[in-house]
Amino acid sequence: MSVQGSAAILSEPYNLIITGVGGQGNVLASRIVGEMLSRLGLHVTIGETFGASQRGGSVMSHLRVSSRSSYSSQIPFGRAHMVVALEPTEAVRVLKDYGNPEIRVICNTRPIRSIGVISGEQAYPPIEAVKGWVRELSRAAWFIDATEEAVMLGNPVLGNIVCVGALAATGVLPLDRGIFKTVLANKMTPDRVALNLAAYDRGVAMIQK
Amino acid sequence: MFELAQAEKGARLLLMGNDAIARGAMEAGVRVVAGYPGTPSSEIVENLAKASRDRDIYVEWSVNEKVALEVAASASYSGLRAMAAMKQVGMNVASDFLLHLAQYGTRGGMVVVSCEDPGALSSTNEGESRPYAKMMEFPLLEPGDFQEAKDMSRWAFELSEEIRNVVMLRSVTRLSHASGNVIAGDLPSLESKAVFKYGGGLMDTMEGPIVNLPGLLHVFRRNQEEKLRRVAEIFERSPFNTYEGPQKPELLILTSSACSLYSREAVLLLDAQDRVGILKLGTTWPLPWRLIKEHLSRTDKILVVEEVLPFMEENLLALAALLSPSLGVKTFHGKHDGLLPSVNEMNPDRVVAALSRILDVPYRAVSEKYVKRAAEIAATGAPPRALTFCPGCPHRASFWSIHNALRLDNRGGFVCGDIGCYSLGAISSGFDTLKTLHSMGSGTGLASGFGKLKRFGIDQPILAVCGDSTFYHAVMPALVNAVHNRAEITLVVLDNSGTAMTGFQAHPGLEVNAVGEPVPAVDIPETCRAMGARVRVCDPFDIEETRRTLLDMMDERGVKVLVLRQICALSPEKKGWKRFEVTVNREMCIGKNCGCNRLCTRIFKCPGLIWDGESNAARIDEVICAGCGVCASVCPSGAIERKEVA
Repeated sequence: MSVQGSAAILSEPYNLIITGVGGQGNVLASRIVGEMLSRLGLHVTIGETFGASQRGGSVMSHLRVSSRSSYSSQIPFGRAHMVVALEPTEAVRVLKDYGNPEIRVICNTRPIRSIGVISGEQAYPPIEAVKGWVRELSRAAWFIDATEEAVMLGNPVLGNIVCVGALAATGVLPLDRGIFKTVLANKMTPDRVALNLAAYDRGVAMIQK
Repeated sequence: MFELAQAEKGARLLLMGNDAIARGAMEAGVRVVAGYPGTPSSEIVENLAKASRDRDIYVEWSVNEKVALEVAASASYSGLRAMAAMKQVGMNVASDFLLHLAQYGTRGGMVVVSCEDPGALSSTNEGESRPYAKMMEFPLLEPGDFQEAKDMSRWAFELSEEIRNVVMLRSVTRLSHASGNVIAGDLPSLESKAVFKYGGGLMDTMEGPIVNLPGLLHVFRRNQEEKLRRVAEIFERSPFNTYEGPQKPELLILTSSACSLYSREAVLLLDAQDRVGILKLGTTWPLPWRLIKEHLSRTDKILVVEEVLPFMEENLLALAALLSPSLGVKTFHGKHDGLLPSVNEMNPDRVVAALSRILDVPYRAVSEKYVKRAAEIAATGAPPRALTFCPGCPHRASFWSIHNALRLDNRGGFVCGDIGCYSLGAISSGFDTLKTLHSMGSGTGLASGFGKLKRFGIDQPILAVCGDSTFYHAVMPALVNAVHNRAEITLVVLDNSGTAMTGFQAHPGLEVNAVGEPVPAVDIPETCRAMGARVRVCDPFDIEETRRTLLDMMDERGVKVLVLRQICALSPEKKGWKRFEVTVNREMCIGKNCGCNRLCTRIFKCPGLIWDGESNAARIDEVICAGCGVCASVCPSGAIERKEVA
């Protein structure tokens, strides 16, 4: 069933992955992006794994966007079009399973060390190496220090919204600032909406720069 | 405004499967809802609690799933529509009552929702509840997408009233915890009056007393089976059973639930729409046999796609055997021939793999070269993330003390684990402290048994841990058992003031209920004392005092209970608040040259700590640190300093 007047999308379906580590707010980010697209009349499916999300594990949300119908909440292997990684090594992890030569990546460069890295059992790779690998495995990649921007705005967790702004600025999906504001207004108080809008705008600016 | 409870008919919403199930119940005019939290089911009751005022619903978090089902059934017996919601293992807890509920039948619409977890994404098992429907003879519905989750939840109440029996709605993680678009239906008026009729005869199931007496069972069982036959007839016409594909496909896929979306996608990925038909069943027990026969007649080759047990597959095989005189011989593929795995959840790729073998169509999403290179890179570029306790989690401190007390005691004592975040005590983030881990309350039950094995040679200290919500759910009977049978055990209650793992739902130890009203709290230490246990209470962040207390208690006879009280680091009341500003004194931390050999980052391993190899010292990640200050007590050199935040 197609929805009258729904926005055009680049692929049918368009497959977006938002990934990160528990506590970074990727579930909220995917929810916001999903609601923004849903308001345009698009069919949106969001797959979320909640279980380990608060306990230091990798957390990945799959968004399937279609002008025709609902899709399953799991993107098939090798079939993602865009990855938004709130943590750099998580971008690499997602590319291993869902990457392909045409994929695009937005990558927050601020590391979150796993418990194995903290204990010295594993090494965290140098950030320049991570950038090189992501470039090698993708068609286009943007690296932004979203956490640093968020810290400047007063709260590191806003890094997820900086990344949503960055995603909007790439133009791969019909994401609109006005709709972003409307979606947020349903979820939070006006002062928090303003703060999140500022984070969104920082993200947009980081891509356009 | 709570959109889910107020959206008007025709509104297009983006809902989680669990939101959709809750909305369906609201559209059905549900009056009483009870459950026990468990991933992936919790949001159903949470949503209905939020809608409690707008939609006039009594909602409670019950002490466990059996009581939740009983609370819901009381409403059905009084003529109201009622729902109980739980995760797959909760169905096991509720099953004793469920058998009797289904045998006698219900009055007002009665729906039990089981949200299951193929792949055990947030469980300690891949338990299945579908066989209960067959075993206890009641109807089973399985929504295939988000709209159906809403629509079938609503319809389940009508079906229940049509046959006067409980109806089970089964969801899975990939539906319950995924989101999709749903068109809202209308909301009913709010009038209803509860009356429990018991003046009729013993066999008057609508107005008599509801008693499952042995002498009457044959009547009830015959009623029950007659109801099931009526359900099968209703299912023959159900709009939730759909076929898409060519008139005469080469292969027929029979599927249900989330697997119907995977199957549809797999057919698209192989571009096999002209060769494969899909019969998606929303009504999976009892099977509508005429409908299935009609579709089986389309072709000779059938693939059954479902998760975990071959429930539908085996029921279909039995049906095909019965129908074979008129239907002929069919070839079934699925789990029995290994084309689809029976372990772990399904996904589009697993269905593609089976289809590509049956249809002999090769499939490759990306070049072998890319896959190989990406795997090479990920081996060093994406270090695995083992699960761990959150920064500032009281459990890390508790296990630190339990582990150290056991080491100092040095008699080979061990700890029986239980279900909650603290199950992670079984791995290195909890210092490998737990030596058993099963179901809710089992730690104390096992400890009660181990505590009686002295005469056979088990004479080391026996400990058990449990969380506060788990204590009420299933530990209380086990603790009574231990006291009464004079087992020698020490139970450590990790009381973090809420059902933390599933999102801080209320439990009987709190002074607030599911809908935010004040209620009396049942005190854990007082309860344990009343049972006859010796009880002490400590703050787990005081690791010296906790360890000392535990060492003392392990030397005492009988049943001892140590309550370690500290609120969860993620609790809404606490989140973002730091008690201490924690820093590492770079002069005092001598890193690898210290005899501790990086005790803080190597063993204690709080995510808020960073080992800085270049400067050979620990430091604090101020973005992650929750300010509990425990690492300052752990550091033997006093190099980690904490300052109370004003």
